[in-house]
Amino acid sequence: MSRESTHVDLTGDAVSRSAKERGVWLLLLTCAALSVFVTFGIIGTLLFDAIDFFTEVSPVAFFTGTDWSPAIKPYSFGVLPLVTNTLLVTVLSALIALPLGVASAIYLSEYASDRVRSVLKPGLEVLAGIPTVVYGYFGLVYITPALDVVLPVSTFNALSASIVVGIMIIPMVSSISEDAMSSVPDSLREAGYGLGATKFEVSTGVVVPAAASGIVSSFVLALSRAIGETMAVVVAAGQSPTMITASNVDTVLFNSIQTMTSAMIELGVSDLSGGTTAYKALFAIGLTLFSITFVMNLISTLVARRFQEEYQ
Amino acid sequence: MATDSGRDWFGSEKTTGYAKGRAFELGCLAATVFGIFMVFVLLLYVVVDAFALTTPEYGPWLDGDFLTSAHSRFPEKAGIYPALVGSVMMLIVIALSAFPIGVGTAIYLEEYASDNPIATLIEINIGNLAGVPSVVYGLLGLALFIRFVGLGTGTVVVGGFTVGLLILPIIIISAQEAIRSVPDSMRTASYGMGATRWQTVWRVVLPEALPGILTGTILALGRAIGETAPLIMIGAAATVFSPPSSFFDRFSAMPRQIYAWVSFPKYEFQYGVMAAGVVTLLTVLLLMNATAILIRNRYQRQ
Repeated sequence: MSRESTHVDLTGDAVSRSAKERGVWLLLLTCAALSVFVTFGIIGTLLFDAIDFFTEVSPVAFFTGTDWSPAIKPYSFGVLPLVTNTLLVTVLSALIALPLGVASAIYLSEYASDRVRSVLKPGLEVLAGIPTVVYGYFGLVYITPALDVVLPVSTFNALSASIVVGIMIIPMVSSISEDAMSSVPDSLREAGYGLGATKFEVSTGVVVPAAASGIVSSFVLALSRAIGETMAVVVAAGQSPTMITASNVDTVLFNSIQTMTSAMIELGVSDLSGGTTAYKALFAIGLTLFSITFVMNLISTLVARRFQEEYQ
Repeated sequence: MATDSGRDWFGSEKTTGYAKGRAFELGCLAATVFGIFMVFVLLLYVVVDAFALTTPEYGPWLDGDFLTSAHSRFPEKAGIYPALVGSVMMLIVIALSAFPIGVGTAIYLEEYASDNPIATLIEINIGNLAGVPSVVYGLLGLALFIRFVGLGTGTVVVGGFTVGLLILPIIIISAQEAIRSVPDSMRTASYGMGATRWQTVWRVVLPEALPGILTGTILALGRAIGETAPLIMIGAAATVFSPPSSFFDRFSAMPRQIYAWVSFPKYEFQYGVMAAGVVTLLTVLLLMNATAILIRNRYQRQ
């Protein structure tokens, strides 16, 4: 800013100019600070009611309880059914999205011509742009009846919800993995070809291992997205919290379940008044969900950063 | 793998290796197309259902009446009008609140604070905010805007502010990219003319970056219009029979209304009214994204 304090003033009143500059700077800084405030706001509001909740229901009862019944007496606030149901959807959708996403990334990065890429990439972006409630609708009215032809599925079931969540997170895996594969230097590929390797061998033996941290980062991010996914699961999988045990593990995916997010929606729809235990339970689940996804996103960022250092 | 081919340079291994590679390539192509194909088929189904192409006796569900009437328990009379207006009003609130704040943050990070530790911290924070589940933003809106600030439950402003916070990271990140793509020579030229930093940003950088910023913002608004979970948490109405009379009135939005219809198990609702609602929502989304792409293409050529 030294150029404003010169003796010859060519552009008007330097003092009012620098006051205006400082004002603008302060305003912009406030905007930027707001995003930090949002993070603290989220953590603060979640903690505030969650701590209140844990004075009424012990953390042990919450984290190890196997019965979730916040609205029907006898009340019970065991979060394990919700956690296991969330895990079920996450694992099933990962079984779809991770292999398909990596295979898409390999195809787009190593095989596809520019022409084919220019069609397929926007195509995958469309998958990410469709609202999640629409995916839930697809699961409920099209995929479940289709599954019903061959499998004993009920109207709301974990399987069709997992299928739509899986499709929804493919673009997340493919785009981040593809970025990682594209930034593998060509010299590595050429070294592979120089040794007589085929394109298949170079893709799977050189490019994929070299892009491993980017691929892992995309996996973690996609899993985190599946854990936090709400409307698709609410609409397609229904709202019946089911503790998964050895006796029902084979049938649970054909029946209605309730994930953490879905339980939050059920409590949210029921027009809760502030101060009730059920209302505070909302924030306790919210805090659990936020903590899990926050840690996973952080891991994903750290893994990705490590990868960037390798090739830049 | 190199040892494989070491045994037999020109023999049968070469051809099986070729077949294996070809099969792998086709497998990867199939994986890429799978999701796109599935969604394409599902979209086809929902459009066919919305216009009742296979069951003409019901007439098209998605017609002028659907767009101009409110929900009814009789499927043939049900419409989406109040929710459509609610969605548009919510978008206005988001555009007026999140857009200036998002662009302001991007300007600060790119033009004022690049490479200082505070900026790095804010950027990491923004990256993390982008990964917070949408339902958690709903809890923030509930606790902050309704209980702490005292705004009305389920009103348009609360919905707009809450979803606005949700898409703020997306607006910031895309605006940063647009600002970063303005060549430094333009900034230096402006400083050379004696312009201050803000004059440079306001008269040189922003006009140049505006198409990119607008494209990113419209895409972010497209994300906002499909958000359902935060609206449920802040108590947006499942169904309203008239559009909100002001920004401080209780409202419903299109995805919220679609979710409300899930609890109507009749065939006419599931495959008629809901299909029409889904196609309406997707059409609005498509129009917004098309606008964004048009802006991008028009200004990219210059």
